[in-house]
Amino acid sequence: MDMPVPDAAILARKGRIVARLRALLPADAVIDDAAEVRVYECDALSAYRCPPMAAVLPRTTAEVSAVLRVCWEEGVPVVPRGSGTSLAGGALPTADCVILGVARMNAVLEADYQNRFVRVQSGRTNLSVTGAVEAEGFFYAPDPSSQLACAIAGNIAMNSGGAHCLKYGVTTNNLLGVTLVQMDGTVLEIGGPWADAGGLDVLGVVCGSEGQLGVVTEATLRILPKPEGARPVLIGFASNEVAGACVADIIKAGVLPVAIEFMDRMLIRVCEDFAQAGYPDCEALLIIEVEGSDAEIDEQLALITAIAARHDPVAVIEAEDEAQARRIWLGRKSAFSAIGKISDYMCLDGTIPVSSLPHVLRRIGEMSVEFGLAVGNVFHAGDGNMHPLILYDANKPGDLETCERFGAEVLKLCVEVGGCLTGEHGVGIEKRDLMGVQFAPEDIEAQLRVKDVFDPKWLLNPAKVFPLAVTSDRRAA
Amino acid sequence: MRPTTETELAGIVTAAAAPLLVRGGGTRRIGEAAGQVLETSGLTGVVLYEPGALTLVAKAGTPVAEVEAVLTGERQRLAFEVPDLRGLLGREGVSTIGGVVAANASGPRRVQAGACRDSLLGVRFVDGTGAVIKNGGRVMKNVTGYDLVKLMAGSHGTLGVLTEASFKVQAVPEAEATLRCEGLDARQAVAALAVAMGSPFDVSGAAWTPADGAVVRVEGLAGSVDYRAAELLTRLGAGWSRVEGAGHWRAIRDVSGFAGREGAVWRVSVKPSDAPLVLEALAPVVRDMVMDWAGGLLWLLVEDGTPGAVVRGALPGGHATRVRGAGEGPVFHPEAPALARVTAGLRARFDPKGVFNQGMMG
Repeated sequence: MDMPVPDAAILARKGRIVARLRALLPADAVIDDAAEVRVYECDALSAYRCPPMAAVLPRTTAEVSAVLRVCWEEGVPVVPRGSGTSLAGGALPTADCVILGVARMNAVLEADYQNRFVRVQSGRTNLSVTGAVEAEGFFYAPDPSSQLACAIAGNIAMNSGGAHCLKYGVTTNNLLGVTLVQMDGTVLEIGGPWADAGGLDVLGVVCGSEGQLGVVTEATLRILPKPEGARPVLIGFASNEVAGACVADIIKAGVLPVAIEFMDRMLIRVCEDFAQAGYPDCEALLIIEVEGSDAEIDEQLALITAIAARHDPVAVIEAEDEAQARRIWLGRKSAFSAIGKISDYMCLDGTIPVSSLPHVLRRIGEMSVEFGLAVGNVFHAGDGNMHPLILYDANKPGDLETCERFGAEVLKLCVEVGGCLTGEHGVGIEKRDLMGVQFAPEDIEAQLRVKDVFDPKWLLNPAKVFPLAVTSDRRAA
Repeated sequence: MRPTTETELAGIVTAAAAPLLVRGGGTRRIGEAAGQVLETSGLTGVVLYEPGALTLVAKAGTPVAEVEAVLTGERQRLAFEVPDLRGLLGREGVSTIGGVVAANASGPRRVQAGACRDSLLGVRFVDGTGAVIKNGGRVMKNVTGYDLVKLMAGSHGTLGVLTEASFKVQAVPEAEATLRCEGLDARQAVAALAVAMGSPFDVSGAAWTPADGAVVRVEGLAGSVDYRAAELLTRLGAGWSRVEGAGHWRAIRDVSGFAGREGAVWRVSVKPSDAPLVLEALAPVVRDMVMDWAGGLLWLLVEDGTPGAVVRGALPGGHATRVRGAGEGPVFHPEAPALARVTAGLRARFDPKGVFNQGMMG
């Protein structure tokens, strides 16, 4: 994985650049000590690390604007950072960059229950948005697994999803407006607590732009009334194909569960060993959660279990109380920790048409043999967002590289069957060099033009999303 | 010009030296643009439909009616309730799915299921240089690269000519219930609709007109619908009752009450609780109104010639578009200067020759 060669001219001017930043922010908000900046050397894609030249921690939109303006004048690349939980390397620094962290901007600015929105500073964590409104019976719907730690800024940058987005949509469907600071310091107000854009849907393209168009400092988010209750059912099957067919039948029947999660045999065993969740020992299982009053839940689960019965399930476990519901989710939610306990792993994030599920799972199994690395599958089956976990040994020379080659082949397969490289984690550096698999040169060029408009000097997070060779002229200009 | 393939369309755009007026069925165009007409109605057909994956892909010129017929065959539908604005705008013709996307046309269910842009999974389009560009795809979750899908939705043909669109669709629910209360004024209606929207009962429609009163809708499994309708009746209080709903929702969706009547029509998007303030401020010029999205959307029939500054001056926030009739000022809501620079930059980059729908959107 290549990153651009640091610009020696920028590094030579470090003293002057840092001094200018210090003139704008409180002393503790500018970090340039070589040991202290190591905190920012990586995000959750920790295989790649590089300490930045400096890091700044502004508290307001005005401070963000001032910082960006100075960096723009000095020609310094800026890498925005939420909480640093990106699995795609979205917040990976370059040695000549300034990290702009929004962690200190975490206030709730407005909560409006009559109009059902909340306005927050972008450094606020996902779960604490819900925390701020749940006393009034509301919640913020997108729920990435990292929701305890991840920031709204990063959620917007990556257009994050989560297990419950089958019903509620992903970040872009729950985002009403942002305050965005462009690289030259210009502050844009886009959208607000009303529906739709008056002109072009600029908000729509900002969401998911991986911190390359501007720094989001404030966000207006849609909040929803909390459902009366929720209950999961766990259904075990004799094969992946049968589980996949059951998912398609449930979706066709018109029930809309809030989540349909899939685990294969390997993950079932690993999670059961780790969490003792009471999972049946079978080839594949689905966890399906529905919401509503008790009677509504009964009605939906009756329909779902009747459909499942047509697919000869080997086990059906309906949660009878809170404790059992928690146990059913516990296994699924510990999937990454459970795998992490037994091995190093790489988590993929491709999406496929639900109809291709059996074919893709079979091919992944075959590739596992070819590459000699074990793989487990856990994913959001309702929307086809797969998370194959490839196991490797970081201490074994060449294993990471083999794992990355395996991963790339799986993602190519996802594209081949009509899907995409990433469903909710983002491209970052991880899938950057695979963009040509999904997009023709003119498709990519159209995206680059959007960045040209927002950041003509190509200073914001410039080494991400697009293959470096494709962006080199723009970055050098 | 009416190309029948994407390649032919791209060739026309590549060769274009003078402005083009991009048109689907011409049933929902807002504002005027000069130029030679370039129709997409020759690009038709449902390309792919997978009911089990809730996805449908259609060429841009496919009639909406054809898409809806295909979906109905599997008891599915487009979630965002496509409005038919022919009556309102006094147009004839066949609405195309590409036109729906270009207008981001969305009906009452937007409060629950989102707008057209929220159901849109992918697009193919021809940009102003004649290049064929694809973005998004046909899967539910996709964050690969920038989301040009959203940018194309509601771009009214100013960034490119859509050739294909893919959608997430939904099952037609087993049951539906509509609750109605007559005799409410706008302020009372917005308060009642906020109660419904703030409840956990998954409301899929919340609207009001002076003549028909306030209506609230829930959809889903039969038992669940009965339960939620009963709970909502309790919360909403006296004056509400369960009624036959289909006619009410169609009238609100299509703003059919304004059809054939004199006056300009404005479409106003505001914070729901601001809706009564806007209506009070504009009372001298407003002849009729439809309030949808719990107050977030106002359709206003105003005296022809009412200046845009009067309508827009009444808004504490949000935006207003003059969808029909005359009046001083631009059709689309003027953007703040910094945002307008971005918008102009995007248009210049996607349409460097300036051939698409010149004069529209600003």
